[in-house]
Amino acid sequence: MLEQFTSIGIFIFVGLGFAVSSLLVAWIVRPKRPNPLKMSTYECGLETRGRTWIQFKVSYFLYALVFLVFDVEVVFLIPWAVEFLKLPWIAFIEMFIFIGILVVGLWYVWKEGALEWK
Amino acid sequence: MESLFINIGNLCREKVVELTEVLNLPEAFAGYFMVLIYAIAILTFVLLNAIVLVYLERKIAAYLQQRLGPNRVGPRGILQSLADVVKLLGKEDIIPRAADKWIFRLAAVLVIVPTVMVYAVIPFGKDMIAVDLNIGIFYFIAISSTATIALLMAGWGSNNKYSLLGSMRVVAQMVSYEIPLVFSMLGVIMIAGSLQMSDIVAAQKDMWFIVFQPVAFLIFIIAATAELNRGPFDLPEGEQEIIAGPFTEYSGMRYALFFTAEYANLISTSAIAATLFLGGPSGPWLPSWMWFLIKVYAMILFFMWIRWTIPRIRIDHLMKLNWKFLVPLSLVNIFVTGVALKLFSGW
Repeated sequence: MLEQFTSIGIFIFVGLGFAVSSLLVAWIVRPKRPNPLKMSTYECGLETRGRTWIQFKVSYFLYALVFLVFDVEVVFLIPWAVEFLKLPWIAFIEMFIFIGILVVGLWYVWKEGALEWK
Repeated sequence: MESLFINIGNLCREKVVELTEVLNLPEAFAGYFMVLIYAIAILTFVLLNAIVLVYLERKIAAYLQQRLGPNRVGPRGILQSLADVVKLLGKEDIIPRAADKWIFRLAAVLVIVPTVMVYAVIPFGKDMIAVDLNIGIFYFIAISSTATIALLMAGWGSNNKYSLLGSMRVVAQMVSYEIPLVFSMLGVIMIAGSLQMSDIVAAQKDMWFIVFQPVAFLIFIIAATAELNRGPFDLPEGEQEIIAGPFTEYSGMRYALFFTAEYANLISTSAIAATLFLGGPSGPWLPSWMWFLIKVYAMILFFMWIRWTIPRIRIDHLMKLNWKFLVPLSLVNIFVTGVALKLFSGW
């Protein structure tokens, strides 16, 4: 088990190694001639106006909340699905009562219009 | 032919074991060295395929739109992607003055790491899994969803309005479509009774899971297209409206890293689709790794076909499709699968 996850660590290392080495090669080869115009933020040829880091639309946040509910559900569902064939009927019914509660949540979110894009 | 790569691997293993004995290292190191070799081999495979896929995508797009596509560099433009790689290496790396420099730099590195990590559990052929984790498919879900953070970092760090908008869309879209993606996999997990890739492949010895789980396959395809940010769900990039979204300010090799990650993700997701629904590397006559390659390329060509046929959809339609159609449908699919399994497998 530990051995397997050390192997995963090797994969992280290889991924990092690839990214860093390719950037390093590019750093050696490429020209470096910065000028103020080149370094300015792109906006269709116009000067940028106003700040970018502002408070953002709430619609995105609502989806994140709904996602959180279902993501927790997934954590419970995966071990249940693995053992599904060995579990008795009652486990199946219990799981669907659990999903049912979350579906009521989804229905509520739906009714309240949080799934509408405004 | 069947055990070509396994034989190469065994040859490497002999050398590695000899080497560890000469250097007096603990025995476990031989295994780690082998994983390192596998990882580098897989990385090479992925990079070569990404180069081929860029060419393939441009050519297919061109033919679908009745153009010729790249046709200047080499016969039929076949060397175009190689020329592009050389060009990208030599391009100046511009970091905007306003950008958050470290987040901007880190994002390009972080986007490639999960992409490479996912390949640890992909069965490239019979007995050709680098690390056969017992949580295989869960590992894929967990790791592939971390790429979202890198894209958010890219958009936020650029300090560009288009990038920020694009990265917000990435998060909203990838987070939403992850739910049906995982739910569609649950049907397969229920039948196979395991998360391990080798077990899932073994469970499809007699019949591919696409036969038992056609609805799940459909949901998987739709959700995977959205996870990959490919058309018709390519809102985060939307070249015509927000100028490639999170990648607007990137140039040179950093941009190339994002691009490589995109195609590497396309390959890994197609590989997962082939493993879960199309029987993985199993098949008659041809060697298993060749079957796997054929299935993966069939999936990739399907994704490309969709991308260049269907126009981009609106963001409110995108969210509606997910929450009001795919999520309920995938829940129903799990329910039906559960009842059917219980009925057919006895009490």
